[in-house]
Amino acid sequence: MEITVRETIKKTVLKHLKEKNGLILGQCLSAVGWVGGTIPELTEKEGVIELSMADVANGGIVVGAGLSNRRPIYVIRYQGFNWFNAPIILNYACKSKELWNVPCPIFIRGIAMEGSIGPVAGSSHCSLYYRMPGVKIISPMTPKEYKLAYKSFMNEDEVYYVSEHRASYGNHKELNDFLSDDVDIIIFSISITRFEAQKVKETLEKENLKIAIANILWIKPFEIKDQWLRTLEKSKHGGIILDDDYESGVASDMAYQLMKLSSKKVEVMGLKNQSAGFSKKSDNLPPNEKEIIKKIREIIKKNVNYKNTL
Amino acid sequence: MNKNFRLEIFKKASLCRNFEERVIENVNNKKITTPVYVSAGQEFIAATLSSICKKKKIKPLIFGQHRCHSTYLAFGGNIIKLIDELLGRESGCTKGKGGSASIHSKDINMFGHDGLMGSNGPIGVGACFATKKPTIIFLGDAAAEEDYVLGALGWASHKKLPILFIVEDNDLSILTKKSVRRNWNMKDVARSFKLEGHDIKDDPKEIEKHSNLFFKKPMLLNINTNRIYWHAGSGIDNKKTFDRFRNEKTKLGNQAIKIDEQYKINIKKLWKLQLEKQ
Ligand SMILES: Cc1ncc(C[n+]2csc(CCOP(=O)(O)OP(=O)(O)O)c2C)c(N)n1
Ligand SMILES: [Mg+2]
Repeated sequence: MEITVRETIKKTVLKHLKEKNGLILGQCLSAVGWVGGTIPELTEKEGVIELSMADVANGGIVVGAGLSNRRPIYVIRYQGFNWFNAPIILNYACKSKELWNVPCPIFIRGIAMEGSIGPVAGSSHCSLYYRMPGVKIISPMTPKEYKLAYKSFMNEDEVYYVSEHRASYGNHKELNDFLSDDVDIIIFSISITRFEAQKVKETLEKENLKIAIANILWIKPFEIKDQWLRTLEKSKHGGIILDDDYESGVASDMAYQLMKLSSKKVEVMGLKNQSAGFSKKSDNLPPNEKEIIKKIREIIKKNVNYKNTL
Repeated sequence: MNKNFRLEIFKKASLCRNFEERVIENVNNKKITTPVYVSAGQEFIAATLSSICKKKKIKPLIFGQHRCHSTYLAFGGNIIKLIDELLGRESGCTKGKGGSASIHSKDINMFGHDGLMGSNGPIGVGACFATKKPTIIFLGDAAAEEDYVLGALGWASHKKLPILFIVEDNDLSILTKKSVRRNWNMKDVARSFKLEGHDIKDDPKEIEKHSNLFFKKPMLLNINTNRIYWHAGSGIDNKKTFDRFRNEKTKLGNQAIKIDEQYKINIKKLWKLQLEKQ
């Protein structure tokens, strides 16, 4: 049987603890399903460390552990908690190497999830980290990508913010780019929206629209592949970035970078500019297939109208 | 404690317990689909505190935590609005957005919780400082560990605020016990900050014993209690968990049994009516 993202993470953590003298720290790790089955059921002696509830201090404790050679993995169960967990990481760990030549490698597992979980917890919050120096951000959604994230981390001495999404844990498939010189639009998608992008492509191609897909794995540094730019440049209607974070962060910045490097427009679609609640009606979910298709149609229509007025 | 007052408290507890029983029922039959943080087992804390406040004719500012149905109900929150809230309706006390964890009610001076555990610590201290109104801040035993809660305790003490910190200590952070998380207790922390600090049971008599000093000086009560249902949802972790409600009912006898039966019928009716409106 093919191995899922969940099993990959669990194996990675196990290897980190057993073979690399590593640590994993977080809140309530050993309770209720071991963080969605991504943590091996080990003891504190074996490196699974239960922290108290002091979220701000916890971030600092992990930074301290990062100054040792134990390369701590830090679990932030919902990415929204970064508002408390991130300050010492961003202001110390991420600057330590540059200021004092003391690296502080930490592998932060920020976990996104959404749907009826209220105002603060859910979705991706990469933008909080994105604007600060000294951090790498990667958002693996497949087993291979997760392995790559870990391997890169172990080969470097950087702070890694690994933006996970619970809905990807059951996935065992790899997600490939679709690029060509003859497309209507190119979708650049991040995190969980990458699965939606695949569906959008399938549906729209039945209507004879040609859709390219660029899977964004590396968020910071934002790795723009030559072939992505080429597809964008040659596309009829430009590009759209899909994100599981608010639009005015990572996604808008990426759109700006892509537009600087091409002559095409790149739109963004992410979480709406509103707080989520607990009820279904007040959810703030990442763009789904239907919404993306609607937006793409609008982009195409606007573009055609614009061209007609020239 | 005289028997009438004890029955008064029991009434509120019975309201809370019967409400929670219906919540559990409606989670199980999928009428409630959002996460619920049920306070059954812990209701004597809110029931006793609200009865004491009523007796003192004090309407405090209330900063509840996520597990706050009993807080809301005991302090006089409208029950229909809470039912609607849990059903995600706009007519709910938080317009159907807050769900179980972010209950807000202007009517009873209860401020919504944002879901970040313990944030209500500093926020409540700020509100108390700015208004000088008697204020109660409810925290879980885990939320009380938050750094910003500890900072807020110190400052509240320094400013001698009319504030009551209530730690609803069920010895659990989701499923992680205190002993895994720390080797100190909140009473000692409070005292080291020069707050009046006590570690007590959720027995109404024990809570009442300290009520003379409520809002006269900053105080922290770490109240040991028991959560009967899961952290979120309707399951039961341990069937042998001590149930203060059952205990009080037995001790108080016939009068309490009658009160409880009446609440059971009334609250069932209210839920039924609201569910039919869907
Ligand atoms: C800042 C922050 N960190 C972590 C969490 C995740 N979390 C939600 S409830 C909870 C446990 C709360 O335990 P306690 O404060 O004792 O309240 P109880 O649920 O026992 O009533 C945790 C860790 C959170 N919501 N907010
Ligand atoms: Mg607790």
